[in-house]
Amino acid sequence: MISGTLGGIGRPVLQAIAAVGRVALFAASILGHLLRPPFYLRELGVSLLQIGWYSLPVVGLTAIFTGGALALQIYAGGSRFNAESVVPSIVAIGMTRELGPVLGGLMVAARVASSIAAEIGTMKVTEQIDALVTLSTNPLKYLAVPRVVAATLAMPVLVATGDAIGIMGGWLVGITRLDFNSAAYLKNTVDFLEAWDVGSGLVKGAVFGFIVALMGCYHGMNSARGAQGVGAATKSAVVSASVLILAANYVLTEVFFSS
Amino acid sequence: MIELRDVHKRFGENRVLQGVNLSIASGTSMVIIGGSGTGKSVLLKCILGLVRPDSGTITLDGQDVTTGDRDAFLARFGMLFQGGALFDSLRVWENVAFRLVRGPKALPKAQAREVAVEKLRRVGLKPETADLYPAELSGGMQKRVGLARAIAAEPEIIFFDEPTTGLDPIMAGVINDLIREIVVEMGATAMTITHDMSSVRAIADNVAMLHGGVIRWTGPVEEMDATPDAYVQQFIHGRADGPIESVR
Repeated sequence: MISGTLGGIGRPVLQAIAAVGRVALFAASILGHLLRPPFYLRELGVSLLQIGWYSLPVVGLTAIFTGGALALQIYAGGSRFNAESVVPSIVAIGMTRELGPVLGGLMVAARVASSIAAEIGTMKVTEQIDALVTLSTNPLKYLAVPRVVAATLAMPVLVATGDAIGIMGGWLVGITRLDFNSAAYLKNTVDFLEAWDVGSGLVKGAVFGFIVALMGCYHGMNSARGAQGVGAATKSAVVSASVLILAANYVLTEVFFSS
Repeated sequence: MIELRDVHKRFGENRVLQGVNLSIASGTSMVIIGGSGTGKSVLLKCILGLVRPDSGTITLDGQDVTTGDRDAFLARFGMLFQGGALFDSLRVWENVAFRLVRGPKALPKAQAREVAVEKLRRVGLKPETADLYPAELSGGMQKRVGLARAIAAEPEIIFFDEPTTGLDPIMAGVINDLIREIVVEMGATAMTITHDMSSVRAIADNVAMLHGGVIRWTGPVEEMDATPDAYVQQFIHGRADGPIESVR
């Protein structure tokens, strides 16, 4: 009875530790390949386009609605303390430090981690990964490294764009719904925003981009056979990327701002 | 010469290879036959290093395939995969020229394209095919592109994994004839795995039957029909009755 209970607890714990170890080794292997030739620049360019450029609409739409809703919420909350004037600065700080990178990261996780896992998983089950090996090409270097590098580089740009669009969303709601003066709103935004507010969000974005592509590649490379296997890999990639983004966000926020 | 000595491989409780011994002489065409799930593909992947055997040795010209320069080793091989395994995101000519534009002996793009178009012509495809994507091709055309990719770098050894699976009898015959022609023309060592007896008769110099994790019978293709081995006889005549269980 007791040993059964302990076994029931111990098995998933051991499996979780083993999974963490496998992901860590996978990440280390990708990092190890970063500076060693050959470099697949064409694949990097394609990945930058697919991960960065094509994610702009979803990140932009997420940011503009979030910025607008944030302005409404802060105005409603601030009015309880006669502090409605903090709306521009809190929207800007909230977007740049937290909501821009986190929501951008989650949207990119949904869009990119899933597509990477599905693409690489399908390549695995249709023997395209084996074909790469027989053609003297390291699949990790050819498939995973360009995607991870592209996501790590593209995500800060997406976050910066999302920050700007989110602040613009707050400004739009501020001047149209909350009777703010346009020039005063923008002046408050700029005056209270510090470089590190933006910089910390961009660093978070780079980390989240790395996580998204890493999870997509890891689950794709380890996909089981058949449509069900690829489906499971895709789901696992999105779930694990999302959870890791939220966990990493907390850790980074502690590191950046706890003092 | 490819030599396998006492090769074992298991996946969990499933013992797929249980002591395979086989020799394939240079410049000959060996066809491995056997039922579905008997480990033919695993055997082939063990030779290529895509699957690591649990025990036993596999040597190529006397050298263990698990040692030495892996890229140099793989450069000696070409492989036609069962489903073609063409890269969806690349055009047909880029698939064929994949190895040619990479590595220390990479050709300029234009020259690699010329070689790819020539190889496509060799397998009976028009130059217009070169700029299509694999998804725009029929199953038979995809097999031909896979064949063109396998021979693009003029390898010494070519592996064919179920080359006619999923093709109509006429297209299967065309692929069989192409394989035979190309192997003879290039003087390559060929290893084919199939359960299509028309492929066996068209492609093979020698035949080996894999059953129960071991090589059950091996010999020249001319002797296959006359062998008294009950397993081989049941398999080549496609009988339900015999020592091979029909429900596996």
